Amino acid sequence: MYAVNFLILGALLFSLGVFGVIARRNAVMVLMSIELILNAVNVNLIAFALMNDSAEGHVFALYVIAVAAAEVGVGLAMVLMIYRNRRSIALDELSALKG
Amino acid sequence: MSMLAATLSSGWFLENAWLIPLIPAIGFVLIILFGKRMPQGGSEVGLVSMAASLAIAIGATVQWIQRVNSASAEGEHALGGFFGFARAIVPTATEEGGHSAAFVEPVVRTWTWWQSGGLEFGVGQHIDGLAIMLLLLVTFISLLVQIYSTEYVSGDRRFTHFFAALTLFSAGMLVMVLAENMIQLILGWEIMGLCSFMLIGHWWEETANSKAALKAFFTVRVGDVGLLVGTAVIFFGANDWAVERGSNGFSIRAISAWALSGEASNSVLFWGGVALFIAAIGKSGQFPLHTWLPDAMAGPTPVSSLLHSSTMVVAGVFLVARVYPVFFVGFDILDTAVNLITIIGGITIIAAAALAFVQDDIKKVLAYSTVSQLGYMMLGLGVGAWLPAVFHIFTHAFFKCALFLAAGSVSHSGSHHSFDMKKDMGGLARKMPVTATTWMISTAALCGIPFFSGFFSKDEIIDNASHNGYQFFYWVGLIGAAMTAAYMTRATYLTFFGKARGAAAGEHHDDHADDHADDHGADHGHDAHGHDDHHDAHAGPHESPWRITAPLVILATLAIFSGYLNAPAVGTHYFTDWVEPVGVAVEADALHSAGDEGHALGLAAVTAEEGGYSEGCGFSDPAEGTVCYAPKLSHAVFSWSKAAPSILLVAFGISISAWLSMGVFGDRRNPLKGLTSRSGIARRGHAFLVNKYYLDHLYEGVIVRAVAYPMAKAAYWINQNILDGIVNGVGRSGRSTGEWVYRNLDQRVVDGAVNASGFIASETGHALQPVQSGKVNQYGALLFGAATVGAIVLILVNI
Repeated sequence: MYAVNFLILGALLFSLGVFGVIARRNAVMVLMSIELILNAVNVNLIAFALMNDSAEGHVFALYVIAVAAAEVGVGLAMVLMIYRNRRSIALDELSALKG
Repeated sequence: MSMLAATLSSGWFLENAWLIPLIPAIGFVLIILFGKRMPQGGSEVGLVSMAASLAIAIGATVQWIQRVNSASAEGEHALGGFFGFARAIVPTATEEGGHSAAFVEPVVRTWTWWQSGGLEFGVGQHIDGLAIMLLLLVTFISLLVQIYSTEYVSGDRRFTHFFAALTLFSAGMLVMVLAENMIQLILGWEIMGLCSFMLIGHWWEETANSKAALKAFFTVRVGDVGLLVGTAVIFFGANDWAVERGSNGFSIRAISAWALSGEASNSVLFWGGVALFIAAIGKSGQFPLHTWLPDAMAGPTPVSSLLHSSTMVVAGVFLVARVYPVFFVGFDILDTAVNLITIIGGITIIAAAALAFVQDDIKKVLAYSTVSQLGYMMLGLGVGAWLPAVFHIFTHAFFKCALFLAAGSVSHSGSHHSFDMKKDMGGLARKMPVTATTWMISTAALCGIPFFSGFFSKDEIIDNASHNGYQFFYWVGLIGAAMTAAYMTRATYLTFFGKARGAAAGEHHDDHADDHADDHGADHGHDAHGHDDHHDAHAGPHESPWRITAPLVILATLAIFSGYLNAPAVGTHYFTDWVEPVGVAVEADALHSAGDEGHALGLAAVTAEEGGYSEGCGFSDPAEGTVCYAPKLSHAVFSWSKAAPSILLVAFGISISAWLSMGVFGDRRNPLKGLTSRSGIARRGHAFLVNKYYLDHLYEGVIVRAVAYPMAKAAYWINQNILDGIVNGVGRSGRSTGEWVYRNLDQRVVDGAVNASGFIASETGHALQPVQSGKVNQYGALLFGAATVGAIVLILVNI
């Protein structure tokens, strides 16, 4: 089915994002991967909206975009602060919260 | 209001009359919270809120008059099947006054306040002629009194609190006037009780004042028990009947309709009526619970004025007028020549008027005069003269308020804060022309001199007493009128004529001159009747500033002209048209009338019943499916020949009192002078009156001593021996139990459990420690791993 292609695209994007979050050391890359995950969700929402012929999915996608923008704003600010303090944004060095 | 709008005009102000009490209530909160920080100490909030309420009340009055007129106009079409069933419009037989009246549906709105045990307690508005009249009256008088107070209590240490209490007081009265059901009525009633306590005891540093406040509170409280009992009795009597028709036994409309339905048990109505009337006795200062009212003069004069004109004391009369059918049927008002209301009213008229003769305090004369006039209102209600009684509330409010404010003006500017007529007054007419003129006009109105407002209302009551067969009380009313004229003449003579005495003669004014300059300095520019010379103004009695005289002039004007709203002598009957509920049977359909909010009993037209005095609402039971809301009362026809006895008696009272006053209090030697110290009978009579019939001694010395002291003693004994024994025993056994619990339960079981849980938590934490690596990627991996596991579980479950 036509919409299934979108779902497959969403799944691919999601996997790519998950891989980025787990494997990358660079904090900016991790943030970008999170964006990929969110957009994978958006694609899924739109796809389901198409399948069910309703507008709710679109509305949700718009919300997700807005939330993603806010999240990236906060994330980048944190990255910037970390860089200023440590001159590095390698995540594996940031283990001060180790239990 | 789809249905009603079809035939009866309504409007925003009528629909939203509930705002009238709400605004001062909010004003009260604002004054209490922020008043002290405001430039005018919170008085501006009080003034603005009262002005806003007055504006809405005026709007509502105009719209109510339009509604009544639209009802009369539509009445002719109603039978023609206007809109299928013309709601709320009934043409009636032409009344004696020569005008036809149509039933005007009150504007009722209800919201649920709270629910309990399947009962809904509502709060809402019930706007009919009576409510409209009092709303207008209360907001108007309150505003004037507040304006007056800004001058009178300026500089007082509790200025802000005074205005807060004054505003809440008005709000309480307005809540009561608007009340749609008995619960709301009690709410307003109690708010007023509380505020009267705060206001009478405003200067509580003096023991006498705080005692007066307590006395007012507790005496009224005695009556309040009657209100609660009466409400309960009526509720249990009326509830079943009312619920069947979609209302409940608290609704005032339902109670009225039930009382006139012919299905109500007479004994329930009688005892409910007695209980409610006891409440009215307490609140309206009727004999024998009138003793608190003169003592309430301890409060600031504006308070007395407000208390005695349009709020508080009128509440009792209002209560009787509001659920009048209960009394009408319960006391069989038109079939007897004497009943409880007329007895109490009659005694009050004469007893209070007699007491007014021996008072030296100008405010106490007015206080007893109020009590006596309230007796007239009660008498009017008792003899079936509903409208004249209500009309007397209306006219009395203006002239009594003016009299009190004039007395306050005298003390403020004429007698250095003294109220003693014999010591500090006399000859003030020349010094305070505005105050004296307004006082005289109001006195004329109070005495019932023809063409002043009191004449039209009081004579109507007296006339109707004989018209309805209460011949004895007709004479009581006439004698009361003569006494009223006489004691007011005495007070007028002592205050404004004769030789100036004490402070009025300018004695010991020097010590006050400075604060007077501070008080009044700013106002002189505005004082229309000001003083030519600044020094002159403070060298003895002088006219008060404009904020005191302006309300006086307004009220005195109304004291003349308000009577012409319903003056049969000149053929006006506006008040009757606008205020009197029309006693015709109207069809009762199911409660929640279509599209309408609340519990208004819906109404539709039925044919008017022709008939004389023995038929119609209150005389014959309403036909099946119809209800009555008010008894059908007829009015006595005015004629000058019937008014003549009272005019003559009033003239007699004035002249004999003037002659006596001049003789006793004047300069010339006179055989009457010092009569009370020479004649034994006169002295004893005087002492009897000065001691207020020894009622206070009875209440405090006998009843309170007989009831309260043994009770206190017994309570102390029980406290020491029984209660303490129980408490000590409980304490001892509690202690030994506690020790056992400590050893066994606390140390072993509870502590063991606490320690064990701590140990477990610690071990678990250590075991899970490695998971908290601090590495973001690892956290992410865990998160997604968990999500994957969750997804797999979900899929497995769904398959």
